[in-house]
Amino acid sequence: MHPILGHMRQLGLYLLAWIPLAVLLLYLLASPGGISLPQAMGMVLPLCLIYAFMCLSAWYSCRGAPLGTSTFSRLALTHLLAALVISGIWVLIARGLASVLASLQMFRGLDQRFAPDYPLLFASGVMIYLLAVALHYVLLSVEHARELEKREIQARVLARDSELKALKAQVNPHFLFNSLNSISALTSIDAGRARDMCIQLADFLRKTLGMGEKTVIPLREELALVRSFLSVEKVRFGARLMVEENVASEALDFAVPPLLLQPLVENAVAHGISNLTEGGWIRINVQRGNGNITGTGGKEDGAEKRLPQDASGAPGNELMIQVENNFDPEMPRRRGAGVGLVNVRQRLATRYGERASFEVRTESDRFRVSMVIPAEKMEAGL
Amino acid sequence: MSGEASRNLTAVIVDDEELARAVLREMLKAHPEIEILGECANGFEAVKTVSERKPDLLFLDIQMPKLDGFEVLELIGSDIAVIFATAYDQHALRAFEVHAVDYLLKPVAADRFEVALERAKQRLGAPLSPPVTELAASARQPGHYSERIVVKDGTRVHIIPVAKLDYVEAQDDYVALAAQGKKHLKQQTISSLEAVLDPKNFLRIHRSYMVNLERVTKVEPYGKDSHIAILSDGTRLPVSRAGYARLRSLLDGQSA
Repeated sequence: MHPILGHMRQLGLYLLAWIPLAVLLLYLLASPGGISLPQAMGMVLPLCLIYAFMCLSAWYSCRGAPLGTSTFSRLALTHLLAALVISGIWVLIARGLASVLASLQMFRGLDQRFAPDYPLLFASGVMIYLLAVALHYVLLSVEHARELEKREIQARVLARDSELKALKAQVNPHFLFNSLNSISALTSIDAGRARDMCIQLADFLRKTLGMGEKTVIPLREELALVRSFLSVEKVRFGARLMVEENVASEALDFAVPPLLLQPLVENAVAHGISNLTEGGWIRINVQRGNGNITGTGGKEDGAEKRLPQDASGAPGNELMIQVENNFDPEMPRRRGAGVGLVNVRQRLATRYGERASFEVRTESDRFRVSMVIPAEKMEAGL
Repeated sequence: MSGEASRNLTAVIVDDEELARAVLREMLKAHPEIEILGECANGFEAVKTVSERKPDLLFLDIQMPKLDGFEVLELIGSDIAVIFATAYDQHALRAFEVHAVDYLLKPVAADRFEVALERAKQRLGAPLSPPVTELAASARQPGHYSERIVVKDGTRVHIIPVAKLDYVEAQDDYVALAAQGKKHLKQQTISSLEAVLDPKNFLRIHRSYMVNLERVTKVEPYGKDSHIAILSDGTRLPVSRAGYARLRSLLDGQSA
């Protein structure tokens, strides 16, 4: 679409820019001895209006000869030729107009008096057309840059979306194969438990797969996913796996990004429980409150610090979430550790930016991830 | 039919998950010629049980508490046929590099299990493979260095984080690992140990010595052509000409 013709605002500005040109032409044509000012205006105003629209045709020759790819001679030839033709047509129109006006009382004899000015008109026509060519090239490059930017943003959004989707839909193969092995063992030991575990595993997979599509889910659903994950792991690890859940009931209906807690819990199992002979524990804390959890811990009492309860009792506008577990500090860190953490951290940053915080802390044999996210209600249609 | 070919074998199962052990136990039931000597739930137990009971065959999980499967293998020596059983297929290549008999993926298929067992029986009749320690060390990926060294002392296992290691001294077929005032002997060559320690922190200063650079406080000339390194605890280690050149180039590189 034409960048000027297509938009009323642009067209208005363009025509405004013609006013000085019209004034300049008036100044050149009206002279004390020859044409009077009203006579000149009668000619110049309609001619300028007509030429303003004629010059818009430069758009097509500009598009036909893009600056970047055309040779100089081609550019010069195309636009000079167009300028001569367009300006020639304009002069013809001027002559027609002069003869029409000459039939009126007020403009009598205008056609004769105007005749010496046609070369001047032709020359200004060529100049103005070339100016229009320059203007259109500028518009073209602006449009091109905007297009590129738009496409780049779209590509980036698409890439991030697909990345997020892939991350979200990820089921850890180790978890899957180990669970299948447990089921395989149970089939001959306890067929009923084998069936139960199949169902728990299916339940977990179904929940995980369903989450790839959503941007936020109620905390309640995330916790259900975590429980379903832990029920499978409980079969593998038996009494070695201890879980303590401490979630404020008022927090359950707030919106959280899907797979916010599950990767952290999975991490706790893989790097904590699975390395501890006597087993280990995982604590999940979610409270609603104000301020950040991490700032209060390091001050005076370095001992066990619970999540700060809101002293005033007023409902807070943030959710404070912690996942904590113990681990064997003598085991070397395995490669691939921390991928789940990075994933969650990035997703929080993408979604909430500065409004969310994410902190990882290791204290002797304890590993703790603390997050603060804005407490947002689930909205219909999300 | 109890022919001479099917002599009785003994086996130990190592896996931290009870159910995973149960699968292998069940599959071994079909083989009365194999006696299960014991089951272990972590790497420490595995090393202890293997050195006490000397089984022919070891079913070994890789990811376990305390010591992983590779570390267990490094400590128990080479006259045992090892079959890895794991869900972590990224370790397969490394498993064969340390001369495991076979590598079973969980869930374990019965026919695949039979193949592994057959291979183990053949291996037990064959001559000894090269020392496992060397192989376990060489199987590490380039650029990935050990964070700890495992040493067996009788049936006890010591874990020495490399950051606590002061220096290493070669003694015939052994290396003496000096850490926190104690020395631990391990059957390994100093060259194979050199290969798994990060060269940014550990330098071979002598044919028989490798030192943790953080411990070196001074290097002094000592006699003609040779030097001596003095560690923070006062230990004096000889530095050869080549070792001194390496030390110089490393220090020059750092200050540049």
